[in-house]
Amino acid sequence: MTGMFNRLYFFLIGLFMALPMIVVAGVSVNEKQTLAFPPKGFSLSWYGEIFLNPEWRNALFASVTLAVLSAALAVAIALPLSWFLWRRVAPWANIFQLIGIAPFTLPPVITALGLLTFWATTGFYGQPWTAVISHAIFFVTLPLVTLSLGFTAIDRSLVEAAATMGADDRTIFRTVVLPLILPYMVSGYAFAFVLSLNEYIVAYMTVGFVMETLPIKIFNALRYGYTPTMASVTILFVATAAVIFSLVARFGDLPKLLGAMASEDK
Amino acid sequence: MRREAPQKIGDYAPLFFPAMMLIVFFVVPFATMIAVSFFQRQQGGFYVPAFVLSNYERFISWFFANVLGFSLMLAVVVAICCVVLALPFTYLLTRMKRKVQIVWLVALLSVLSLSEVIIGFAWSTLFSRTAGITNLLVMAGIMSEAKALLPSFGAVLTGMVYQAFPYTVLVLYPALVRLDPTLTEAARTLGASPVRAFFTVVVPALRNTIVATLIMVFIFALGSYLLPQLLGRPQHWTLSVLITDQAIYQSNMPFAAAMAVFLVLVTLGLVALTVLAGRKGEAA
Repeated sequence: MTGMFNRLYFFLIGLFMALPMIVVAGVSVNEKQTLAFPPKGFSLSWYGEIFLNPEWRNALFASVTLAVLSAALAVAIALPLSWFLWRRVAPWANIFQLIGIAPFTLPPVITALGLLTFWATTGFYGQPWTAVISHAIFFVTLPLVTLSLGFTAIDRSLVEAAATMGADDRTIFRTVVLPLILPYMVSGYAFAFVLSLNEYIVAYMTVGFVMETLPIKIFNALRYGYTPTMASVTILFVATAAVIFSLVARFGDLPKLLGAMASEDK
Repeated sequence: MRREAPQKIGDYAPLFFPAMMLIVFFVVPFATMIAVSFFQRQQGGFYVPAFVLSNYERFISWFFANVLGFSLMLAVVVAICCVVLALPFTYLLTRMKRKVQIVWLVALLSVLSLSEVIIGFAWSTLFSRTAGITNLLVMAGIMSEAKALLPSFGAVLTGMVYQAFPYTVLVLYPALVRLDPTLTEAARTLGASPVRAFFTVVVPALRNTIVATLIMVFIFALGSYLLPQLLGRPQHWTLSVLITDQAIYQSNMPFAAAMAVFLVLVTLGLVALTVLAGRKGEAA
């Protein structure tokens, strides 16, 4: 009885989460440029459209470039900071950990508006690279949290053994620390990458008037009427996120990663 | 190697790059925004440095009070819906096999990472007349004619609960994983039904977690900037939508900044409450 009830409950939640995607997937295979569900005819041409139509292709290229670079920059900011906090006793330096978590905790509009006024004041408004820095700062929380978790998981006796054998900080970092935190670094990068790919408001407020990322392109297209390409892009994004998170789960400990992420968040 | 205090100035070197980036690109922009909120707006979308309170004075109006009241009400409703839906779900999830848990977590993370643009588009399709859910009901013979379910308050609420649900599960997850399973076992041994054990043992044991989660989801929902715009009518616009609108379409940066500062204060006050609730939880 309870088993049945539980299964129904999980089914309904699953349905709620999946329903929009099912309808959007249906819309994406319409044969003509109509927004019909159940789809009329079957065609995968709207998936081809993402890569063939220059506007959508440029947006895809802009989004992927932005995500690759900003996630890398986010890790480059988070790695030395979390290493320092792990290696040294410097309580005041924790303030930077706090600043790193702030952009993700506050409503996104605030970070976006702060960056907009900043780039406008400094005169760099609209330059493509400002979006890379903006996203890196906005998403630095993710590698910061995964890396702090990775560092606390390191057995200090390993490091001590290496130090006793005469290794200096640099050697220890390369030969002991880096291999141990690599999975955490990769998952931090993956989280930042996927979220940057999907991010709208910060990208829009920093470079929205000069270039289009995919979310910006979808939003602009929404205002001028529907096209099934939006649906195919949506499915492409969901699939990408699912593949990346599955890989993280496959090569890392996802429950552990999430167990600590949320408690750090608080 | 034990942790030690930095000995010489060189030991601080690794801190230099992250600290510089965070200060220059987060603290300074934040300060810039606060400064702009006191600036004087000029015709044509520009603003000049000044120290005026007129941007803040605009808060004292019925229109603003309505927007604020609606934003807070909407976020409260979203937070309650999400926690009510997610608490039993997450509890049961943590009792499942690891493999099943991972599948659900991957799915929830995928939904959570979705852009608000995409969520808005997906739900507006689902609620539309031509491709919406009503078509399925017509096919099933429940309804006679397909119709659009948006723009409406229900559409905004559904979209926002959809967006915040995975977040709620992930916030609850660590606390529920660590919950001692012997607690419910004891209740079951003493004859309580699973449902009763859940409400009389699990829920009270997690009271502080639930309060903290409600506040976290509330803040998350306050940040929603597109869904009220895509799924609702203008009277369903929230503070976040209004800030975006003022900054981009009305080009009134000082007023947008003033509202953003206000939103930060509301959020920080709530974060302080969360921390307080957490402290109490540790003490108990």
